[in-house]
Amino acid sequence: MIPPSFQYHAPGSVDDAVALLSQYGDEAKLLAGGHSLLPMMKLRFAEPEHLVDINNIESLKGIREDNGDIVIGAMTSENALINSALLQEKCPLLPEAARLIADPQVRNRGTIGGDIAHGDPANDHPAIMMALDATFTLVGPSGSRQVAATDFYLGTFYTALEADEILTEIGFAPQSPNTGASYHKLKRKTGDFATAAAAAVVEMSGETCKTARIALTNLGPTALRASDAEAVLAGQVITDDLIDQAAQKAMETCDPAEDLRGDAEYKTHMGGEMTRRAIRTAVKRAKG
Amino acid sequence: MAKTQVSFNLNGAPVDVLVEPRELLIHVLREQLDQTGSHIGCETSHCGACTVDFNGESVKSCTLFAVQAQGAEVMTVEGLASNGELHPLQQAFMDEHGLQCGYCTPGMLMRSYRFLLENSDPSEIEIREGMSGNLCRCTGYQNIIKSIQKAATVINEAGRDEAKTA
Amino acid sequence: MAATAESLERKDKLEGIGCARKRKEDPRFIQGKGTYIDDIKLPGMVYGALVRSPHAHARIKSINKEKALALPGVITVLTADDLKPLSLHWMPTLGSDVQAVLADEKVGFQMQEVAMVIAEERYIAADGVELVEVEYEELPAIVDPHKSMDADAPIIREDLVGKDEVGHGKRLHDNHIFTWEAGDKDSTDAVFDSAEVTVKEEILNPRVHPCPLETCGCVGSFDKVKGQLTVYMTSQNPHLVRTVLAMLSGLPESKIRVVTNDIGGGFGNKVPVYPGYVVAIVASIVLGRPVKWIESRIENISTTGFARDYHGIGELAADKNGRIKALRFNVLADHGAFNSHVSATKWPAGLFSICTGSYDIPTAHVRVDAVYTNKAPGGVAYRCSLRVTEAVYLIERMIDILAQKLDIDKAEIRRRNFVQPDQFPYNTSLGWTVDSGNYEPALDKVLKAVDYEGLRKEQAEKRANGELMGIGISTFTEIVGAGPTKACDILGIGLFDSCEIRVNPTGSAIARMGTQTQGQGHETTYAQIIATELGIPSEQVQVEEGDTDKAPYGAGTWGSRSTPVGAAAVAKAARKIRDKARKIAAHLLEVSEDDLEWDIDQFKVKGVPDQARTMKEIAMAAYSNVPDGMENGLEAVDYYDPPNFTFPFGAYVCVVDIDPKTGEIKVRRFYALDDCGTRINDMIIDGQVHGGLTEAFAVAMGQLVDFDEDGNLLGNSLMDYFLPTTVETPHWETDYTVTPSPHHPLGAKGVAESPHVGGIPCFSNAVIDALSHLGVTHVDMPHTAHRIWKKLHELGASK
Repeated sequence: MIPPSFQYHAPGSVDDAVALLSQYGDEAKLLAGGHSLLPMMKLRFAEPEHLVDINNIESLKGIREDNGDIVIGAMTSENALINSALLQEKCPLLPEAARLIADPQVRNRGTIGGDIAHGDPANDHPAIMMALDATFTLVGPSGSRQVAATDFYLGTFYTALEADEILTEIGFAPQSPNTGASYHKLKRKTGDFATAAAAAVVEMSGETCKTARIALTNLGPTALRASDAEAVLAGQVITDDLIDQAAQKAMETCDPAEDLRGDAEYKTHMGGEMTRRAIRTAVKRAKG
Repeated sequence: MAKTQVSFNLNGAPVDVLVEPRELLIHVLREQLDQTGSHIGCETSHCGACTVDFNGESVKSCTLFAVQAQGAEVMTVEGLASNGELHPLQQAFMDEHGLQCGYCTPGMLMRSYRFLLENSDPSEIEIREGMSGNLCRCTGYQNIIKSIQKAATVINEAGRDEAKTA
Repeated sequence: MAATAESLERKDKLEGIGCARKRKEDPRFIQGKGTYIDDIKLPGMVYGALVRSPHAHARIKSINKEKALALPGVITVLTADDLKPLSLHWMPTLGSDVQAVLADEKVGFQMQEVAMVIAEERYIAADGVELVEVEYEELPAIVDPHKSMDADAPIIREDLVGKDEVGHGKRLHDNHIFTWEAGDKDSTDAVFDSAEVTVKEEILNPRVHPCPLETCGCVGSFDKVKGQLTVYMTSQNPHLVRTVLAMLSGLPESKIRVVTNDIGGGFGNKVPVYPGYVVAIVASIVLGRPVKWIESRIENISTTGFARDYHGIGELAADKNGRIKALRFNVLADHGAFNSHVSATKWPAGLFSICTGSYDIPTAHVRVDAVYTNKAPGGVAYRCSLRVTEAVYLIERMIDILAQKLDIDKAEIRRRNFVQPDQFPYNTSLGWTVDSGNYEPALDKVLKAVDYEGLRKEQAEKRANGELMGIGISTFTEIVGAGPTKACDILGIGLFDSCEIRVNPTGSAIARMGTQTQGQGHETTYAQIIATELGIPSEQVQVEEGDTDKAPYGAGTWGSRSTPVGAAAVAKAARKIRDKARKIAAHLLEVSEDDLEWDIDQFKVKGVPDQARTMKEIAMAAYSNVPDGMENGLEAVDYYDPPNFTFPFGAYVCVVDIDPKTGEIKVRRFYALDDCGTRINDMIIDGQVHGGLTEAFAVAMGQLVDFDEDGNLLGNSLMDYFLPTTVETPHWETDYTVTPSPHHPLGAKGVAESPHVGGIPCFSNAVIDALSHLGVTHVDMPHTAHRIWKKLHELGASK
């Protein structure tokens, strides 16, 4: 229940935050929403000597349009995503997914950046970001760089983010016309991590699927892009049978850990079922 | 570990505390500031018994360091009543038997206080979803929901009455 | 006398029995002014935190306190060696066993208490815990109770080697605790041997935990000058704790005070005396400073009294019409490493033998074999009425299984077996005398309310369509109100309860009882009883419990005993006062007592109604104008020894829909009819039913305290231990009938555990009913989506 001692820093700018990370390296952790970090510290699973609180850096918050793309500051809270009129209009997948994360209080503090950067395969945003073909802006001592969401996740709790870098922004194209998106998340109870979840973004042309992007949550060491499943749908007329085939392909992509949410067989089948439902809903929404 | 001074507004009055960075807001509220209304029911941020209003949002005070409250507006259950008059939610919880042991009650009140400000005419499903961050073991929630519905009605009627006389 | 408008008004003003009045205790809770254990702050108070074993079974090779003691702010570190000179390293349990207060040379379950760090501040105590170095030699652990009595099983309780008995009869193995039987084995076996139909099923009541929202804790405070020990504690039974502390500490009981204030939920979790309490209290005596110990949620789930872990084999013998002729239940009971749960001396398996339920079963035999395993101690807890949850689960499941075998409707088979109204008082074949019951009308009412026939039709249609829908029925009788002192005791102390009432000159009253509310509303319901008995408005009756310096002795609140036993004492104490009041009234009115009749709040002269004295007037007279030879004052104490238990009953129906693609279960409807006899406050009763049903839902659908094969706990935080939120919890419909208890002064029976006892099998029956057309007769709880899907997948029905 009681966290270990640490030195607390509350920089007012990204540069100051990066400087602190460079200085303290592995001994430092970022304090964003804190709702993954604090429970770990209270159970003494994490004992960072330095905490760098980035909640005061205003430039990290907010949702805006920039050159046709949507850009979201990493410190934007889940509730801000849910309440954003811009996102509801131009990328409804994101508020839909945010609503399924944790509970109302946690969503006031939990941030999209924290959810993305933690590297926890159970978090929801990684799969959403893959399905949106999003790009992350990482800022370090030598400047900023862009990494695609699909290249960001290297292993469980292991991402492309270096110890002295901060994720500052997330960018992606708004949902194109004739596109539908959906996130289906199976969980043991509300607020739980996914037993299995699937995001689908499907662009239609009449009854035919032009493009599909499908990504899976908590069904492997990282979020997974189900490209084989996407290939089944691309360019084809959507039928129930085809959706089922795509689901089968998604199941082949799954490599879930056995835990209290289920064994591998159950989770894999649920990955298939969530894929099925996500595609169906996305197609329906695309057709309006 | 060296202590640092933190100043914030608690229930409308300024307070100053001297804390280690690791001290959780819930502990500082309960022990340094003697506001024992907010409770602790777990250490994994699930139960919501510690919920307070923090800069206009419902937040679990067990998952915030006190140092993060610098300059913040914090309201706990002790600040719900104003000028000796109970908040409609407090009255409604008593009217509708929305509490038994009372342990989850401050968290329920503080969360529903903000919830009704965000959604003044909620459906039952919206109430259930809005309150999903607060656990209760005694009531089965049914009367808590009735209490919130009752308070919403009272608040809205008072709002209409005020509008009429304005 | 017909009720007039005037008399109704007087009655309403009292807000007595039958009035759904608001609760008197609420104002402090809704303003955050309750006093729970962690709110207690005493001058000079220090904090204790426990060092716990990471291993389920291990020898302790060494404990090094050096680093911890060197941490500034750490005052001391206590281990078993420090408690030995006081003979306090072991303590007696409420189950007639002994339990290590701090592990003495070995540990028997993961997270067992090994040492306590006492420090100036809570945060430092936690840091201190990390610095205590304990060296362990791991031993093989027994996790499966079926292996406890293997010939080559490791011995868990080396302290008991050579001991023939642990309080309940001969032991057959070092890991055996007791074997308890009831009924007639020979005649039962004979009936089974010649029966037309038999059914047999393995039925598990999995290990779960009551998990009240507030964890356990205490503040021990010893006044060296007065030699007085005060303990603030989360306890459902403060007097029993005081007596145990006197036995442990050697202090005279008159120098010990236990105070409970407000408790954030009990559900049986706060009955036992836990090691953390004992060490904190010892530390407070040794240090001469108050010591606070509050456990974390993980500690609570992992080490305090769990519930159930009953591995049963259920058997029924019947004729081809479904009429049950005999019952045979055998249970393997996993008690963990110590037999710590509350046990009346003659009833180590609690009231399990109520398992003939609401049915007329001519012969029965039950046997419970209890064993030790390398898990936390416990067994009786969680709204169980002392193993009644296990008993009712078995019979309600078995009768469904019998119905399925014979293809008889599940409601109809119950009708064919109910104890009939003219059979009461009914002697069960396992030795209970059920004083009253009226089962069929309750079932009829419920089935009508849910349109049972319509539901069965709908189910048939859905099945034809490949959809899964289930209807669960539970018609339970349970046994509460422990209990008659000739039948049961705890550590030798009878299970009576008590009430002391004192009426003030100006007409208000204060009353104290030996029970202890943890949210059940005693401050209101007891006041309502006194209001009706004495004609004093309940608003003017102050009710207090939980301070052993003030309250008369009682066994506390568990097993739904407050209404059957406590409320009886309240009524009888009030009636003693009313008897005295009658004499005073006669004196004031200058008539004989026989000329008076009691009317709501006053004594009236028969035939001359304007010649009356209210209780308020009589109260003043008690202090100013009493008849010759009478003492002043208006008070009474009653110690009530119940002549019998009480037998609340109910009929519940649950409708579920199951998604075969995911295994998810949706509770569509739950209709609960309870008969708790005389109803004191409908609003409070409904609240208890909602709460008990929600806990039943949690048990049936998702709760499990589980271990890997090495005895490591799996899922012992709220991340995994299933506490339903507002979203999962179904809507509850409540109803009632009233069949008063013939022996209770108010006809009341108690209700708070019934929804849990009756609810769990109702959910289970519904889920299994949804799968019965696929040939499924039983699936164990918890009915998680995962487990249900696996079952469906196995049957080829998961699409």
